[in-house]
Amino acid sequence: MTRGNGQPVSLIQCQDLWKVYRLGDVEVQALRGLNLTIEQGEFVAIMGSSGSGKSTLMNMLGCLDQPTKGHYWLNGVDVAALRADELAEIRNRQIGFVFQSFNLIPRTSALENAQLPLFYRGLPLREQRALAAAALERVGLKGREQHYPTQLSGGQQQRVAIARALVTTPSLLLADEPTGNLDTESSREIMMILDRLNKEEGITVILVTHESDIAAYAAREIVIKDGQVLTDRRTKPKHPSSLVGR
Amino acid sequence: MPAFLLLTLMTAIRILSRNRLRAGLTMLGIVIGVGAVIAMVSIGEGAKAAVQAQVASMGTNVIIVLPGSTTVSGVRGGQGGAVTLNVSDALEMKKRIPLLQDTGWAKRDVMQIVNGNKNWNGPVNGVSPSYLTIRDWSFTSGGPFIQADLDAAVRVALVGQTVVENLFEAGEEPVGSVIRIKNVPFRVIGVLAPKGQSAQGSDQDDIVFIPFSTAERKVFGTQFIGSVGALFAMTERQEDLFAAVDQIREFLRVRHRLQTEQGDDFTIRTQVDIGKVQEGTSQTLTVMLLSIAAVSLLVGGIGIMNILLVSVTERTREIGVRMAVGAKRRHILMQFLIEAMALSVVGGTLGILFGVVGARLTTVIAGWPTIISGNTVVAAFLFSLAVGLFFGLYPAHKAARLNPIDALRYE
Repeated sequence: MTRGNGQPVSLIQCQDLWKVYRLGDVEVQALRGLNLTIEQGEFVAIMGSSGSGKSTLMNMLGCLDQPTKGHYWLNGVDVAALRADELAEIRNRQIGFVFQSFNLIPRTSALENAQLPLFYRGLPLREQRALAAAALERVGLKGREQHYPTQLSGGQQQRVAIARALVTTPSLLLADEPTGNLDTESSREIMMILDRLNKEEGITVILVTHESDIAAYAAREIVIKDGQVLTDRRTKPKHPSSLVGR
Repeated sequence: MPAFLLLTLMTAIRILSRNRLRAGLTMLGIVIGVGAVIAMVSIGEGAKAAVQAQVASMGTNVIIVLPGSTTVSGVRGGQGGAVTLNVSDALEMKKRIPLLQDTGWAKRDVMQIVNGNKNWNGPVNGVSPSYLTIRDWSFTSGGPFIQADLDAAVRVALVGQTVVENLFEAGEEPVGSVIRIKNVPFRVIGVLAPKGQSAQGSDQDDIVFIPFSTAERKVFGTQFIGSVGALFAMTERQEDLFAAVDQIREFLRVRHRLQTEQGDDFTIRTQVDIGKVQEGTSQTLTVMLLSIAAVSLLVGGIGIMNILLVSVTERTREIGVRMAVGAKRRHILMQFLIEAMALSVVGGTLGILFGVVGARLTTVIAGWPTIISGNTVVAAFLFSLAVGLFFGLYPAHKAARLNPIDALRYE
């Protein structure tokens, strides 16, 4: 697949991306002409201080928001031109979200939480259940299908969230501070799962974090400052097992 | 997408059952509203049917002609205050108006009736034999008098149930015994089957019938021989009733030599007119109860809207998550609409239940007739569904319009 100009299509291509908010009289330029390309199968960490624009970038990459100016091609589709329902469709088919605060639906079983994206795809119930159970098994939660979020530890809840992100076999997994609310051991488990999904299944993982040891799992580290890419460097990925006993 | 709808419904039911008290209180308005609608309609229908049954018992094909008010030098007498109708009017009417199957006449007075050591003050009617068939009187024992009795002015009487209860011992057979009306002895030859209350509420069984000629000559002491208290006419088919009314009016005006500028010296009534008055009364009741129902359905609907707005706020983050994983606006809209409709439908079903029980209790306790029709129940159910839909629309729309980023960040 190529775009009109003959270039090969990257998974993500941002070109002169601007996002301008208005807070009362004040104009906030969260993104200022950001350029970024991420290929299929990469494991990228996005870092930056608060106010750097990294959350805005994440929302943009996750198709939750649209740029004020510029282009964002996801798999060759210019997201800036899409309507709300088309964005929802893309989020449902191509993107998996993992949030800092897990964001599971309360008083709803792990299985039903993992089912949620399929629910909106209108799959038959039986198929939804089978896929959700398989996703839970992939994150090591077999046997916990009927547990409610309150009956699970933080790490387990985050794993349910990962299962929910995985259930649609997305090409892109966006993790926004996925270990922010977890202890060291749970953090390591979560990072190992993300690493494995990236290495073994080839899922592109984009990780937002401000902890450098978490960012160290990624093969590429992008630092955002003032709405632009400050540094973009490839690092030799550290294998999660080398962190044991840190 | 049936899987989506089914699961959304299941989710809605689970969310509502999680907070039973809140859901219950929210539904209360709908329960009361629908209950009132059901009770109201069934009481109204029952009253209407009762009136119709009463009208039918009087004969829906019967026309009554009463002597009208007369004007003498500007002083008006009341209805029946003049002797403008007589037996020959009735006989001529039958001959001249083919629509009429039969005509009869009657004259009444309240008299003292005596049997042995018991006495009763009741209405005594001198009637033609045709009157009995027109008004559809039947007998529990004995039978009617005939034209020969009328011709010979025989002293025979037919008594109603109320008169029997007051003049005879329980178990005593009235037929064959002799009662005295204004000191004139009459032999009882028939006991009338009970008719109950009239549409106006008077006791139709408090009655004695004697042949018109006998009444005229031996009991009432009539000033003008042949004058009657009322004429009765019957058409073969009910559809002909109004045509017959017009023809009778025309006939009587000509016969009484009334000029065009003169008013009628008689009044024509049908049971249909009387029934209409009764239905009007029950309609007033229906309108009153309907407005109560409308107000409580409105309040119930606002209650549903209120609780859904609370629910949307409480679950803002959940809505954000759902949107993030691919819920479209219509999915969120449907979710809250289904929740609203689940509330109103459960409320409506409970209301139907209460309404039916209430209607039954009204019948048992107050003795009012009630009729619960399937149509009413279905209509009430659909109406509660519509209330849920209408009042759920705004909160559901509000939820669907949320921005996913703001919703996800909502604390």
